[in-house]
Amino acid sequence: MKALAARRRHPAAIALLILVGLLVTGGAYSFAAPKDANASAAAADTVAQGKTLFLANCASCHGTGAQGTNEGPSLYGVGAAAVDFQMSTGRMPMTSPNVQAPAQQDIKFTSDQIAAIAAFVASLAPGPAVPDQQYTTVIEPGTQENNEAIARGGEIFRVNCAMCHNFAGAGGALTRGKYAPPLQGIDPVHIYEAMVTGPQSMPVFSDTNIKPASKQQLISYLHAIENRPEQGGMTLGNLGPVSEGLFAWTFGIGILIGCAIWLGKKAA
Amino acid sequence: MSTINEERPADALRAHDAAARRDHEETRPLGGIAGWVDDRTGGTKGVSTLMKKVFPDHWSFMLGEIAMYSMIICLLTGVFLTFWFIPSMTQSPYDGSYVPLQGVMVSDAYRSTLDISFDIRGGLLIRQIHHWAALIFVVAVFCHMARVFFTGAFRKPREINWVFGTILSLLACIEGFAGYSLPDDLLSGTGIRAMNGFVQSIPVIGSYMAYFIFGGAFPGELIIPRLYSLHILLVPAALVGLFTAHILLVFLQKHTQYPGPGRTNNNVVGYPFMPVYIAKAGGFFFIVFGVIALISAVVSINPIWGYGPYDPSPITAGSQPDWYMGFADGALRLLPGFLEFVAFGFTFSMNIFPGSILLLPIMWTIIGIYPFVEKWVTGDDREHHLLDRPRNAPARTGIGVAGIVLYSVLFFAAGNDLMAIKLHLSINDITNTLRVLFFIGPPIAYWITKRICLSMQQYDRDKVLHGRETGTIWRHANGEFEEIHAPLTPRERWHLVQQEVQEPFVVTETTDAHGVANPVARKDQWRAKLSHFYFKDRVDPVTPAELEAAHHAHGPALATEPTETEAAETEASEPAIERH
Repeated sequence: MKALAARRRHPAAIALLILVGLLVTGGAYSFAAPKDANASAAAADTVAQGKTLFLANCASCHGTGAQGTNEGPSLYGVGAAAVDFQMSTGRMPMTSPNVQAPAQQDIKFTSDQIAAIAAFVASLAPGPAVPDQQYTTVIEPGTQENNEAIARGGEIFRVNCAMCHNFAGAGGALTRGKYAPPLQGIDPVHIYEAMVTGPQSMPVFSDTNIKPASKQQLISYLHAIENRPEQGGMTLGNLGPVSEGLFAWTFGIGILIGCAIWLGKKAA
Repeated sequence: MSTINEERPADALRAHDAAARRDHEETRPLGGIAGWVDDRTGGTKGVSTLMKKVFPDHWSFMLGEIAMYSMIICLLTGVFLTFWFIPSMTQSPYDGSYVPLQGVMVSDAYRSTLDISFDIRGGLLIRQIHHWAALIFVVAVFCHMARVFFTGAFRKPREINWVFGTILSLLACIEGFAGYSLPDDLLSGTGIRAMNGFVQSIPVIGSYMAYFIFGGAFPGELIIPRLYSLHILLVPAALVGLFTAHILLVFLQKHTQYPGPGRTNNNVVGYPFMPVYIAKAGGFFFIVFGVIALISAVVSINPIWGYGPYDPSPITAGSQPDWYMGFADGALRLLPGFLEFVAFGFTFSMNIFPGSILLLPIMWTIIGIYPFVEKWVTGDDREHHLLDRPRNAPARTGIGVAGIVLYSVLFFAAGNDLMAIKLHLSINDITNTLRVLFFIGPPIAYWITKRICLSMQQYDRDKVLHGRETGTIWRHANGEFEEIHAPLTPRERWHLVQQEVQEPFVVTETTDAHGVANPVARKDQWRAKLSHFYFKDRVDPVTPAELEAAHHAHGPALATEPTETEAAETEASEPAIERH
């Protein structure tokens, strides 16, 4: 240490320090940076194909450079996850201008085409990528560890999601005709992507807000409650007391009044 | 060895006492167990009166029965639930059989409700019967109230019973709300949180009241035990007590009946309690229990396991109270936020207070005093045991429908979010529309209802004068077409001509002999104005003279009318008439 301390004012020290700093940063980056195994001709082709598809199908609203227009937002930094979510659930391309893009059964693009557009949009600016399978695999109930992970996911769901999507994921209303859609029967990948990209009116739940492992627990909770038998019978849409009140006022009292009329008509 | 029944010499002096006792033994009305009970209670006379009591038969009189039976079902199933429910807010991790909650911290109240639902045999069914019966109880109470209102059954001598009923309906809602708050799931906790906010919105004393009720800051650990005491002890006792008085008055005052031939203000036409009514009513209890049990077996209600345990940070979309508190929730949703202001260092939450706290006493006071207002306007001090057909009291029916519309606007506002999703509408548009409807809906409803009532009366009048349309068209020799009208039988006609029509009250003297304004007359002027409002539009029932004239105008009747004796014979099928 003494020898190093003695040379710290050497004219070459500063240059050496900068060199070391650059090497460390660059080296660390090369390890941390998202890599494509065949980051060469194939990737470039995908991006080019994506660009062609983009210009043909998306540019009229999002602009030829994805910079956004009055009709649609800029796509810089939305990442591949946003493209995959919006297009694989049929929300994009939007069928008609409205307050919100509804999910559709009829998907207009193949998964390869969607991946190409996603690659093109991701090439414009960094953004969240399509999630790893590691975090979109559903935890099945069975062991105590798994059960508690699912229950933990339930707590995260109630704190962060239930205020819009309802306790059972049945969906809920937002202002001016917008709504939080139901969460039953949704691909785990899409739930994950929605959390990291915040589509439509939804806020972004980044990995800092909810860790990837917690997202996995949340997805597993939704899966678990969806696949449980309904102990109580018909759920009436899991919409809370409104549908129960409606049922009491229609079927409940209706059947009883019917019986009363029948009994009233009965001769003594 | 007993000496009581042995002959004593002195008995000879009281020989005729023994004869009287023998007489009593022989003429005793009942033998066996009933006689044994009668000897000790003397209840035969009262019970016999009760058993011979005549009740009129109509399905709408059974709405109150539905309410009564669902209340009894709630009491029975409620007892079962108290065996297992633990009204405590002490927290511990859940380890029961519902997997998606394992390891989550829950209160004893929530855990015991989960245990009732999943780990106690038959518990979920009983819980669902309890909840469905509670909802149907209040529905039936409101339907019964509407029936009593629209038929004018609240008139003298039944005003007190109307007030009892009004209080009962309020108690039913309070009882329901207390029960809804007990399981300590996310929904019920949100309800308690809302209640906490409502209490705080009371000007000046609100925060003190909230601390008083919750025993400190929200949520504390006291509110569920306190609501539990109210729910299983105080409110049910008040409900059952008042309900007993309610039904006792029905027995004392006798049941009202719809007008009809042979039915007067001085009799009741129907069937005796024993054996007919007791069988019908007893059977109906089992029908009600059966229907509610069936609903509870197939339709889920309040799936508390889905809501999760209460925790002040989460909230779920679709957080609404049970339907009977919905109108107050709706009022809150309609009240604009800008009504809140600060004055004298206090916050006046007029965006919350009127809907949450003020609305309930106002609504139930208006309902409770209505019979007295109507009595003041009509000045009618006679007893009424015959019901009005709603069309024959157009103003009252109009007021009732306007009230229902006002209530419904608030009621539907509580579900504005669900209407928005299910109907693909904007929640803002729905709220604004309902705000407008709150003001213009009731007058429009009043006007339309009154017009419909009047036109129905007019139709009745035409029917009496010209008979029923037969759909048979005759062509006369001169080429003229005519539809044949069949005259009504006296029995059919009775319903259409029996009502009395009141003229508006007119003030003649507003000053006394010396030209000084009379203060009593000023009150009368108010009465006259209201009377004008009630009775200015009216359709008089057909008089016998008019009927006679119409018959002459139509020439000889085409169908033969039954004679009065024939009509009376058809009456004979009514088996029992009880005179007052």
